[in-house]
Amino acid sequence: MPRVCFTPNLQKLIEIHEYSVQGETVAAALDEVFARQPELRSYILDDQKRLRRHINIFLDGELARGTEPLKTPVGMDTEIYVMQALSGG
Amino acid sequence: MIASAASETLYVGTRKGLFVLEKRDGDWEIVRHEWRGEPVSMLMSDPRDGMLYAALTHGHFGAKLHRSPDGGENWEVCGLPTYPEESGIETQSEKPQGASLEEIWAMEPGAGNRIWAGTIPGGLFYSDDQGANWQLVESLWNHPLRAEWMGGGKDHPGLHSICIDPRDMNCITIAVSTGGVWQSTDGGDSWELIGDGLRAEYMPPDQAYALLPQDAHLLVHCPTSPDHMWIQHHNGIFRSENGGRNWTEITGVDPAVFGFAVAVHPQDPQTAWFVPATKDETRIPPDGAVVVTRTRDGGKSFDKLTHGLPQQHAYDIVYRHALAVNGTGVILAAGSTTGNLWISEDQGDSWKSISNHLPPVYCLKFQSHG
Repeated sequence: MPRVCFTPNLQKLIEIHEYSVQGETVAAALDEVFARQPELRSYILDDQKRLRRHINIFLDGELARGTEPLKTPVGMDTEIYVMQALSGG
Repeated sequence: MIASAASETLYVGTRKGLFVLEKRDGDWEIVRHEWRGEPVSMLMSDPRDGMLYAALTHGHFGAKLHRSPDGGENWEVCGLPTYPEESGIETQSEKPQGASLEEIWAMEPGAGNRIWAGTIPGGLFYSDDQGANWQLVESLWNHPLRAEWMGGGKDHPGLHSICIDPRDMNCITIAVSTGGVWQSTDGGDSWELIGDGLRAEYMPPDQAYALLPQDAHLLVHCPTSPDHMWIQHHNGIFRSENGGRNWTEITGVDPAVFGFAVAVHPQDPQTAWFVPATKDETRIPPDGAVVVTRTRDGGKSFDKLTHGLPQQHAYDIVYRHALAVNGTGVILAAGSTTGNLWISEDQGDSWKSISNHLPPVYCLKFQSHG
């Protein structure tokens, strides 16, 4: 099962955990996390369900690039790391 | 000698958190620092139930809203104003793929339990359940003229001023940077663009008096005489005596008519305070001196108040929500971009520096006790 981890910088704002989830894309995996913890959604996605501009997704240590990282497929053992970009803020 | 209120709390929202100040043994002291390191863009202390609301604007993680039932000691999570998916009109700064909340820029109590919130991008929302759930005022959001709003200092247009008429709380007047002054007399079901007499010198000359491009930096009304309104505008000071329909430009104010903030005395509509700056090109205090200007006669004349304010090499700007007057009209507070916080307990005649080292100050709110 994909694992979803979040930058510890979020911990001061909202309680976070490491999650093992179902899902074949980053979006599907995150949706399952948000179903368990709805308040987390607005920290990661904007009103249009787009990834926030200064949030990056790493998959097994590699930055998910391209215009739609949320649509990137993930495997059974993928680690999805949701990171605060160093830009912006 | 004017008597001060018995007990006041001053909430100070800054780039790096919320500071709570109280007067103890004759001196104003910072008694609490909450949301350390987080930008606090707007505050509302609700006189109906004492709830304190703090709007945060996290750089990476979006805007959030929290409420405290005990003056900032404990906090609860609120819901968020949320824009409709795939909605909206294409404007000069916003494509139609949909807006997302960037900042809560105004909050005001309304009728019943209602709370109004103005946002960036320019939206008006309300909540009837202490901020748990928010509804977009679609009549304004879908108004065809909204397409002509422009960003003013921010990337997107922002709704920064909400005046609720206490005689008829269905009468709501708002101001947008930049998008003019708008009024609803039916609780927000329909809107009219108003503001005859406002002048935008940054527009082509034949468009200077057009209603839509007017950039009110802040619109306030006198709560006990709500037909009396003041605007600190991008290029001047304006006053209305008929609820915002018609405006008179106030000129010849020393040292300048440019600025962001205005505060009006809550019982005397003729008395208002401003913090002038050198307009547009530099946005610093004229001659490096921080002054507050005060009129007591509806703008016919102004006092230039300097006592206790830095008069040399000061580069402080007081943002639009960072000048506040308390409920008796006696105590004023001003917070600046360079972290100065001043309080006056004599209507601005003299000021005392409370701190020179705060983060940039975004908003100030007084709360009276007893």
